[in-house]
Amino acid sequence: MASVPFSWYLALGLFMFTTGAVGVIVRRNPVVVFMCIELMLNAVNLTFLTFSRYSPTPLVASRLASDQWMGGQMAVIFVMAVAAAEVAVGLGIIMAIYRLRNDVDVDELSELRG
Amino acid sequence: MNPLPLPLPFPVTGNQVGFLMLAGLAMLMSIGVVVMKSPVRAAMCLVLNFFVLAFIYFTLNAQMLGITQIMVYAGAIMVLFLFVVMLLKSHAPAFNKEKIDFKPAVAVPLGLAMFVMIGSQVIWPLRSMSTIKADNSYGGPQAIAKVLFTDYVYPFEIISILLLVGVVGSVLLAKRKV
Repeated sequence: MASVPFSWYLALGLFMFTTGAVGVIVRRNPVVVFMCIELMLNAVNLTFLTFSRYSPTPLVASRLASDQWMGGQMAVIFVMAVAAAEVAVGLGIIMAIYRLRNDVDVDELSELRG
Repeated sequence: MNPLPLPLPFPVTGNQVGFLMLAGLAMLMSIGVVVMKSPVRAAMCLVLNFFVLAFIYFTLNAQMLGITQIMVYAGAIMVLFLFVVMLLKSHAPAFNKEKIDFKPAVAVPLGLAMFVMIGSQVIWPLRSMSTIKADNSYGGPQAIAKVLFTDYVYPFEIISILLLVGVVGSVLLAKRKV
């Protein structure tokens, strides 16, 4: 969309990141904490794409001029893949904790206390 | 693009109104993820947030990543979340007790401070920048595939190893007895 200022997209990304950070601190259910982490990752993805759209940065020494602004989109692809792996392992850990203690409140987990 | 004849103190174009509607919905849903008591409702807010975000990606001409967003996030990852919510019996009333404590009183000012600080130091100096410099076809499948399979082929292969390790790890964690 032409005529939408660059900073509006960045402001939306900042708002979503801040909301996710507050949620990670406030919530006690680990599944919701994971959802807030996903929110933060998506805010970063939006920021990557915005910069990729508005400022072509030559991240890759490439032969073709059209390849020069693809770094941001590549970062988004890798963030998505890492997020998928992270969610699979993290939710597995939550299930293991739930089987161990029948409770997953993140503020009550103190098994590692010495 | 011509400004719309709206009674506003500043000129607003149709594209800007469309963006503001999408962004407002996304912001509302991200607040919903944090404040909803039930994890299922938070997950539904997150699904809608991801869909709206995919449309915002479309407005940035990143069509390929918008479709990937819908498939990977709104499809696969949220199904995983909902399955875990179901397996954890989170609908039990004693389960999602959110005790009143000091954390919101600390976290909300902290979040506001972060918003104001990054907004004033990073985004405000960039406010006059609005020229689109990327090519219109920069987000299509051909453009992405060409770069992903040439310049970024090693990160791509490493990501596939990471996903394999993730699959093995989650199967190991989810087994009944280790």
